[in-house]
Amino acid sequence: MSDLSGIHRGHSYYEATARSRISKLLDSNSFRELLGPAERITSPHLESLGQPCSFNDGIIIGSGRLNDLPVLIASQEGGFMGGAVGEVHGAKLTGLLERAVDERPAAVLLLLESGGVRLHEANAGLIAISEVIRALLVTRDAGIPVLGLIGGAYGCFGGMGIVARCCDALIINEEGRLGLSGPDVIETTMGVEEFDSTDRALVWRTVGGKHRYLLGEVQCLVEDDIAAFRVAAIENIDKAQPLSLESLQQEHLALSQRLANYGQCQDGINIWEKMGIDDPQELPLMNIPSFLVVVENHVQGKL
Amino acid sequence: MKIEALLDELFPVGHSIKNAQSILTGFGSTGKGEIAVMGTTDHLAVGVEAALILADFVLGIIKESPGRPILMLVDTQGQRLSKRDELLGINGYLAHVAKCLELARQRGHQLITLIYSEAVSGGFLAFGMMADEIHTLAEAKVRVMNLPAMARITKLPLEQLQELSSTSPSFAPGIENFIKLGGVQTVWQEPLAEQLDQVVGLKHGGDQRRRNGFMRHGRKLAYPIAQRVKEE
Repeated sequence: MSDLSGIHRGHSYYEATARSRISKLLDSNSFRELLGPAERITSPHLESLGQPCSFNDGIIIGSGRLNDLPVLIASQEGGFMGGAVGEVHGAKLTGLLERAVDERPAAVLLLLESGGVRLHEANAGLIAISEVIRALLVTRDAGIPVLGLIGGAYGCFGGMGIVARCCDALIINEEGRLGLSGPDVIETTMGVEEFDSTDRALVWRTVGGKHRYLLGEVQCLVEDDIAAFRVAAIENIDKAQPLSLESLQQEHLALSQRLANYGQCQDGINIWEKMGIDDPQELPLMNIPSFLVVVENHVQGKL
Repeated sequence: MKIEALLDELFPVGHSIKNAQSILTGFGSTGKGEIAVMGTTDHLAVGVEAALILADFVLGIIKESPGRPILMLVDTQGQRLSKRDELLGINGYLAHVAKCLELARQRGHQLITLIYSEAVSGGFLAFGMMADEIHTLAEAKVRVMNLPAMARITKLPLEQLQELSSTSPSFAPGIENFIKLGGVQTVWQEPLAEQLDQVVGLKHGGDQRRRNGFMRHGRKLAYPIAQRVKEE
């Protein structure tokens, strides 16, 4: 667990707005917004559907400093259409990632909170997410680490769940959820017997921060405090993981082993039991420091 | 078009493409030499197993056939919707496919996609959409979601969506819309082997979709906004 002594604590990441996350995560007053709300760049598609618009289309982007290192940062606003990605929203993110290749900051921080494609402009949103994936991987290839932070009320799903797993490293809180198809989407399509999206404990055991950490998908599991996210981001800022044949072969092996070991499991608890954790049913109830101690020797190889 | 017929049309000289559990892998002969071929059929819902097989094929090509072009044949109804896939972290498996394809591109493999049947959201995103160029057959279908489901989720009246889909390419399913938006390049006409020969070996300078969408007046904002963010 990171040492948080001397850092101003007490601001929930989960409850914060996209803008407040940025200001508390970065060094004080270091944030400079690009294409801010004064520019009034809104979605023409929402407008034509008579839907409310946002002057930043649900994402804030810009530059700043983290522990005195220059960074580029993007923060999705779950409060606006669940952080869903439309044409403008996606273009801001893609442009920021491409800017990183020219500007060469120490890292790009992505504060991800999104249900994926914005259905009101679905085709444009799908292509936009594909463009984000490509731009992100090009940024990584240029040796600039991309860190993803997850911990908002809407989680990180759909195409943005794929984007998250394209990052060099991920930081998540217990409340953070990461997946592809949201529980409600699976329930609506496949039936409640496949996935009961109202069973919150089940949802967290399946896509929640602790499970993602145990599988080795996220580098840091932190308390729900923006200061804790800040410490974890600083710790990971110089850990670029360029794509190579070796690193992808290693990832391939780890994903194959995961499927072989846990492919028959129907619940997170079965997986944790197979990992050799005593009393796996206790894990959801533990606070983060105790949890990290208990699982220390069971976390799967980091991917 | 049935997959067997499609493969015969694409590779009249011959191919060694296997279909195992609706996943295609192998090689085909073109007028420009042999290319690697991977894909899905039977509207496959892409789950973790399929993602691993596709990624494995790409890694094998990078290692053993350096620089060989890769053709992706797309027929997917999207990602597999199941609790088990989510439990295993299917988004990470799909991201793995995307990363393998990006590595292939960086190492000089040309990536070509042909949508010959269906291309739907998640299954398409990590795989066929990673290509340098994306083509379709005229009868193919591309979509995120059908209009009735979209109406239900967005809580907008179906009639309103139907009406707007005639004027805006941004949300209604259809190849024409994806072409206008820059997401699809061209519709291939027969003979398909000739169309394939024309694109094998072309060089690409980065992701051209925003620019194409802008020039075709389908996505008017993505290109200028990304440029502004990049340059301001």
